[in-house]
Amino acid sequence: METFLSGLAILSTWEVLVALLIGSIGGVIIGAIPGVGPAVAIAILLPATFSFEPIVGLTMLLGIYGSSMYGGSLPAILINTPGTAVNALTTYDGYPMTQRGEALRALGLAYGASFVSGALSILALILLSPLLAKIAPLFGSREIFLAALLGIVLVVLAHRGQTFAAGALAAFGIFIGTVGLEPVRYTQRFTFGLDFLSSGFDLIVVVLGLFALSQAFLLLSQPDHAPDGQRIEGNMFAAMLRVFRHKRIASAGAGTGVIMGMIPGVGEFTAQFLSYTYAQKTSRTPEAFGKGSEEGLVASESANNAVPAAAMIPLLALGIPGEALTAMMLSVFYVHNVVPGPALFRDSLDFIYALFAAMLLLNVIVVVFVGFSSNLLMRAIRIPTRFLGMAILTLSFVGVYSLRNSVSDCLIAAGFGLLGLVLKRQNLPVVPIILGMVLGGIMEVKLRSAMARVQTPLDFVDRPIAAGLALAIVLLIGFHIWGVIRERRNTSPESSHDHDRHDTQQG
Amino acid sequence: MVRTQTLQDLFKRYRRPGDLLVAALSLAFALFLAVNLPGQTTWVARVQLFAQPAFWPTVAVAAMVLFSALHLIGALVSERIPGRWAEVGECLKAVEYVVWFMVYVLLVPWLGYLPSTIAFTLLLTYRLGYRGMRWSLAALALAVGVVVVFKSGLQVRIPSGALYELLPTGPLRTFVMTYL
Repeated sequence: METFLSGLAILSTWEVLVALLIGSIGGVIIGAIPGVGPAVAIAILLPATFSFEPIVGLTMLLGIYGSSMYGGSLPAILINTPGTAVNALTTYDGYPMTQRGEALRALGLAYGASFVSGALSILALILLSPLLAKIAPLFGSREIFLAALLGIVLVVLAHRGQTFAAGALAAFGIFIGTVGLEPVRYTQRFTFGLDFLSSGFDLIVVVLGLFALSQAFLLLSQPDHAPDGQRIEGNMFAAMLRVFRHKRIASAGAGTGVIMGMIPGVGEFTAQFLSYTYAQKTSRTPEAFGKGSEEGLVASESANNAVPAAAMIPLLALGIPGEALTAMMLSVFYVHNVVPGPALFRDSLDFIYALFAAMLLLNVIVVVFVGFSSNLLMRAIRIPTRFLGMAILTLSFVGVYSLRNSVSDCLIAAGFGLLGLVLKRQNLPVVPIILGMVLGGIMEVKLRSAMARVQTPLDFVDRPIAAGLALAIVLLIGFHIWGVIRERRNTSPESSHDHDRHDTQQG
Repeated sequence: MVRTQTLQDLFKRYRRPGDLLVAALSLAFALFLAVNLPGQTTWVARVQLFAQPAFWPTVAVAAMVLFSALHLIGALVSERIPGRWAEVGECLKAVEYVVWFMVYVLLVPWLGYLPSTIAFTLLLTYRLGYRGMRWSLAALALAVGVVVVFKSGLQVRIPSGALYELLPTGPLRTFVMTYL
């Protein structure tokens, strides 16, 4: 309790509260604008937050991360266009409700479910933290190596139908992480004699290129789209309370989100899918799902909003980011010489509690904001997409150039922007590149230090957590191959190939 | 024959137009890196395999070659959706905006952040087909807003423009160089 109060004290400075307010409200607005999304916003803002205290920068970014899904449900429900990629499932039931004239009810349910699951997930994590503080130190080099490998395996396998491409992209990410001077012996690796490659590829430059610039290029080279949405009339707060008629679905969604969020490489899509499937299977009206079911809407929105808090667990406890957004946040930690991992959980639990309390507070700020501002947010949706692309291009410049005032960085970011554009147009995932780049670096260091203390490969897995992780990796790959073979035997290829139904891009 | 069909079924997947080209380029790039591995990495004598500077790039490149080859096989055995070159054309369209971006990048150290950003947003807005005072004002507001928030407010590291040096020495020059 004392540690928790100490965490609240960290949070209660005006700089942190202002950052939280800006991040939370900004996140809702960014989430509501289709084509921007939290990844683009966080990529652009990252360098600016480097001048802040770690807690200030992180709460701002967390605000954007945690609140964007609230905003993303608005266009998903009103105009059938998800604001962020993870709101795609919300369109299934949200938009049919709008077509029936129940937009207020749909929005209220989405906001209510997001709030309940957000709050539940953070409370679960606050209660879980002392346990994590005990478990985290049990992770040595080999366990962290295996956890990072598990993250890579999961992110590759999560892209069903594109597994080989995801594998190649993750390997590409690992490769670009190795370019430059090798950290121990300072030998050159794949620099081709070019000076600007000696320091390697900066994560922020790659992130900005792959997420922000690629999105700008995509929006600029496509026809304009500026949809109209209907006005919302009525009391939003009363509509939000309707979520308590679906307590079971909301809490199951929150639970699924927490568990899926804690597993590196899995994230919102799997959580939503499992929560939605559970809700449909246990519903008295499963036939209504996809046609404007309140339960379906609550299931998807509660699952996706529980993930951000849970995704911070592998990052904070082990220093392993589970997806692109936490990978970006990892760089903020590094810049401030705060090294996430077991030591942080053991020594700075108050800092971690401050982050959790910030997430709890951001949910309150956001729910008050969206309660009053849905009609105002509709104006943001109407910004033409090509103009938006131009705005992202302008903002991306600040992000890249302010890092080192380097024209080479801008050129590299533009190159990665083009690569990201190709991947997005091909519906191939961008996230494995980022995770490969971050986790590859961690794996190289940890493998090197772990192998110094083992004689045979079996020694590597002679501790319970290491053995469990290794077994999980083997089983996951085995089950995946078995699942693919069984699926292909049972279904015709044509019926199982429509991967466009669940867009893999994280926006 | 049956085995071949089973293999085809296992590798078949949904393809977008241009998928084969992307898969082929991906493999070609991976092979290019593989060929360059000996020249671009170092193996040090009397050092354990896992501590070799070349070990990790070798793992990454080998995985790239393997997965890219499998991805290409998937592209070859899957049903093609026409429109490969149209897709290439769409991607090439974006190169124009890379040029816009790079010109902006090169102009900032000369013109200064505020003038370059105003010029960039106004000209690009016009190029995108947004005409009239309303759009020009929106572009101007965006440019000023970005500079005020990032350079003036957050003090991000963007050098003052060479053009600012021409201003007479005094508080105005200092202000412009510091905040704009």
